[in-house]
Amino acid sequence: MHPTTVKISIAALTLALLAGCSSTGPEQPAAPVENKTPSAPAGNASGAAVAPTNVAGRQMTAEEALLAQLKDPSNPLSKRLVYFDYDSYVIKDSYASLISAHAKFLTANPKFKLLIQGNTDERGSREYNLALGQRRAEAVKRALMVLGVQEAQIEAVSLGEEKPRMTGTDEASYAENRRSELLYSGEY
Amino acid sequence: MTGGPNPLSGKDVMFKVFRLLAAATLLVTQFAHAQLTIEITGAGANRIPVAIANFAGDGLLPQTLNGVVRADLERSGLFKLVDPGPTAVQENAAVDLNQWKERGADALALASILPAPGNRYEVRMRLYDIARQNKPDGMIFVFAPTTMRETGHRIADFIHEKLTGEKGIYSTRIAYVVKTGSRFELKVDDADGQNPRTALRSTEPIISPAWSPDGSRLAYVSFQAKKPIIYVHSLATGAQTVVANFKGSNSAPAWSPDGKKLAVVLTKDGSSQIYTVNVDGSGLTRVTSSSTIDTEPQFSPDGQYIYFTSDRGGSPQIYRAPTAGGNAERVTFDGSYNVTPRLSPDGKTMAYVSRNGGRFQITVMDLASRQVQILTDSARDESPSFAPNGRTIIYASEIGGRGVLSAVSSDGRVKQKLSGQAGGDVREPAWGPFNQP
Repeated sequence: MHPTTVKISIAALTLALLAGCSSTGPEQPAAPVENKTPSAPAGNASGAAVAPTNVAGRQMTAEEALLAQLKDPSNPLSKRLVYFDYDSYVIKDSYASLISAHAKFLTANPKFKLLIQGNTDERGSREYNLALGQRRAEAVKRALMVLGVQEAQIEAVSLGEEKPRMTGTDEASYAENRRSELLYSGEY
Repeated sequence: MTGGPNPLSGKDVMFKVFRLLAAATLLVTQFAHAQLTIEITGAGANRIPVAIANFAGDGLLPQTLNGVVRADLERSGLFKLVDPGPTAVQENAAVDLNQWKERGADALALASILPAPGNRYEVRMRLYDIARQNKPDGMIFVFAPTTMRETGHRIADFIHEKLTGEKGIYSTRIAYVVKTGSRFELKVDDADGQNPRTALRSTEPIISPAWSPDGSRLAYVSFQAKKPIIYVHSLATGAQTVVANFKGSNSAPAWSPDGKKLAVVLTKDGSSQIYTVNVDGSGLTRVTSSSTIDTEPQFSPDGQYIYFTSDRGGSPQIYRAPTAGGNAERVTFDGSYNVTPRLSPDGKTMAYVSRNGGRFQITVMDLASRQVQILTDSARDESPSFAPNGRTIIYASEIGGRGVLSAVSSDGRVKQKLSGQAGGDVREPAWGPFNQP
């Protein structure tokens, strides 16, 4: 392998990565990375350079693809909200597929870490609500662990009533705020 | 107050001399701030009628000192201000006490303000207790213009203590959190809400401020790291140190009476549990061992017990456990939601929040008799905090969807609203100790 071509391929890869990073907003999944990385070696004149670039490129593509997968609206992994009834931390049956999708992802990708933030509506004591929110986060954490996820991959924390999604004082707003949110490393 | 006549006083007045040195050492960022206005919505049944004559020389000051004193005493609901007439009266003027008695005054305060060396002022005050015909009490304050309000609060404290026998709280401080849009500010303010200073600003929530017993530090929970972490903040230096940052949530700090430890709530082992930790973060010791929620710890003033909220019985109720370890006993029984225990400084009364028919109300329990009294009647009252003399409880309330601070006397008779003039939610009040660093 020629040293010069290796340098070029790293540069190309870095560019692709940067392009991916800059476009990973919530509205724009990391799709550009998947498109660009294969095209980078194609632009190389030297056949010898293709092999190392592809090796490195495939690794990055896999990771970037995973991140894209997490945000792809058509993928169950993009579903990150688990809602709860008033004063309850029981995960409803309707969230079974959401939980198992994330459990599968985390067990298949042990390097990924998940932060679960539990939340409550605004009624009552802030500190007691913080404890209730913790329960909602712990409930999701335990459900994931039952499905084989390592505890070291998950942190369950509470935001209590401090970070409402809706600020109204009607039941619809309260219901929207009683939730656990799932966030992967880099998303918080 | 002091032994024997003071040479400054001349006659038979007992003077106490105070010196307020340059501006307080509280290091905080100063910005233009909306002040809290105070509206008294109730008053005590037996208010002491006091005449506070216009101070001689008050015109020397940029703001009237007399006004600060009067506003303090009136706000307490314990005093009724008797119209003193338009004339300023010198502190050492000869007065006909019968004449003041006929006006309805049980006490008379006279004061003179004089220039003092070093761009300072001296205020001499004399207090006649007409009803009890005691020898008059006197005090002298030397102060810089920047500490004028503080001087007024100390004069009010002096009058309050002489006439009621209990310490006044006008010169103490309160801490609270203001949320404006998505900005959070931890404020330290005078008890009258007229001197707000920002101790901390953040784009993430700040909750549960708690004063160290010596008044030099605040513990609180900040979400600046996207999860709740407990910090201790020195008001003199602005230094912020982490007390507890374990996996999971870290919250509800409460100081031990000696100021050496904090009771905290951690979730590192699953459910919310109470621990004690040294202020530097060392010496972590677990206090409660349940699989349920145990939170909102609060030391009894003698340090023997930790009161806390737990749902171990199915609904959130208040319990207490010996600090040294041992079984918890349940304290509240009525209703299905009793939270946020706060002990009066004498340890005899517990203030807390009870839910009654969907309304959250500040409630007190006499711990000896277990008798309960609901003190407030709005729907969303929380976060009670006792004044250091135990007479008043400040709490967070809501008016028109906006957070405001209110205060109620511990007998429920006097109610005050402290409302910010500008927008912003005011919440999480914590009344500071008598001690001033």
